[in-house]
Amino acid sequence: MSVDYTPDEMMTVSAARMLRNGAVCFVGIGLPSTAANLARLTHAPDVVLVYESGPIGAKPPVLPLSIGDGNLAETADTVVSTPEIFRYWLQGGRIDVGFLGAAQLDRFANINTTVVGSYQKPKVRLPGAGGAPEISSSAKEVLIVVKQSKKTLVEKLDFVTSVGFLTGGDSREKAGLAGRGPVAVITDLCILRPNEVTRELKVASIHSGVDREMIVANTGWKIQFEENCGETERPRTEELRVLRELKARTAVVHGVSGEAA
Amino acid sequence: MAEWLSLAEAIAANVRDGDSVAMEGFTHLIPFAAGHEIIRQRRRELSLIRMTPDLIYDQLIGAGCAKKLTFSWGGNPGVGSLHRFRDAVENAWPRPLEIEERSHSDMANAYVAGASNLPFAVLRGYTGSDFALVNDRIRSITCPFTGEVLAATPAVRPDVTVIHAQKADWKGNVLLWGILGVQKEAALAAKRVIVTVEERVERLDASPNACILPQWVVSAVCVVPRGATPSYAHGYYERDNAFYRAWDRISRDRETFNAWVEKHILTTEDFAEYLRVLGVSHAQAVCQ
Repeated sequence: MSVDYTPDEMMTVSAARMLRNGAVCFVGIGLPSTAANLARLTHAPDVVLVYESGPIGAKPPVLPLSIGDGNLAETADTVVSTPEIFRYWLQGGRIDVGFLGAAQLDRFANINTTVVGSYQKPKVRLPGAGGAPEISSSAKEVLIVVKQSKKTLVEKLDFVTSVGFLTGGDSREKAGLAGRGPVAVITDLCILRPNEVTRELKVASIHSGVDREMIVANTGWKIQFEENCGETERPRTEELRVLRELKARTAVVHGVSGEAA
Repeated sequence: MAEWLSLAEAIAANVRDGDSVAMEGFTHLIPFAAGHEIIRQRRRELSLIRMTPDLIYDQLIGAGCAKKLTFSWGGNPGVGSLHRFRDAVENAWPRPLEIEERSHSDMANAYVAGASNLPFAVLRGYTGSDFALVNDRIRSITCPFTGEVLAATPAVRPDVTVIHAQKADWKGNVLLWGILGVQKEAALAAKRVIVTVEERVERLDASPNACILPQWVVSAVCVVPRGATPSYAHGYYERDNAFYRAWDRISRDRETFNAWVEKHILTTEDFAEYLRVLGVSHAQAVCQ
């Protein structure tokens, strides 16, 4: 039986699969939250979702619209203050995976969520950092989910908000950052992984129905493909069913699918 | 010593032109009623501090109350941009807005430093980022024991902190629960503290580890039912997600925003009347 799905669903399912059962995951709002909750409702029932507003072990029945929705507090194992979340749990080294989004991303997986254009006279003023700079540096590893285009995967960031591999090579280690950095970037076209030596992102897996030309045309730098680059496994019927039911439940409660931010 | 006042009296007595003002509440318990009253009393030249400016500061910035904003995430949660904030930063409307931009972790640590009577916060943060290039108050310090270089940032010490909570007893002891954000730290870092509450009760009946602000750290306490709407108060009412979405349209255009502030804030007597007027507006929107 062939199953129809959208590129966004492919992205969310691929991102969800990256999260292993039992991992302690610091979740950003929007796409990362959708993927993390899909993981929790499918292959990773024991994943521990941590939100920067204070809930630890949140199990929201529908997707939270904001980072501090009541259903996060009600379903959490415990709710701590925001200083405690950042000081004891993130900086304290308790987070296995930081799950982030991005407005702009460069070839070394550095992230901009601050401005498009110059800082003093921005073309677009974006929301800013939130928790991402310290999540990207302190979580043991980082997953990034972003829709791919020349506007999002850029040659040069207008502002470095949160770091990936800085200028590549061993520059992250030399900077003394606690965590290992990004292990994968999941887009609606493909999955990128950092090269072990140069740390430049390369295409590791291409989503079904996407070709190399599309990826090249939607990347702001000269993108390279790994030698063993294959095709991403398509979403399974069960994954799509759970994702669609989650979004439908969310729409009933919020009147929207819960992914706008 | 907490004094029971009306919200108008509390703002008049404690918030002055030129003050630094922190109004905290992490998505939950955002003190909207107090924000409106500051606009209504036409305070000016305020240095506003808040981790997530949210709609409350979008309203204050658009109404011309702020000369400076210290923040770490300025979006409309679940919806998109804060248009009045963006218009101020991108186009200096209705007046130029100085910004001091930090990260959540930094802001949280800086409130802790303020509450702890320390001059600065220390954290592992900002390494490799461009923040220090645009904010010269983000600096570094070398650990005297290990030699590790850490980020050092100034403590947040507001003239006034304003928060909303679920209850206070008749003496003015304040109880809040659910997502607590940085309210306790923000209150203890400030010179003066205004708290609005959903209700006044005989006794708090709280567990020993509950988050309570004793009345002797609070300057003024005011009963303002639904005072956190369109955000939510755990155990009392839900977040008004429809309003957050509607704000995108209201705030996108300067004239529409001005008309909204005039009708809903400047010409209403208090938050109770605002809620009545808003109810009418909702009904009109449904009828159209």
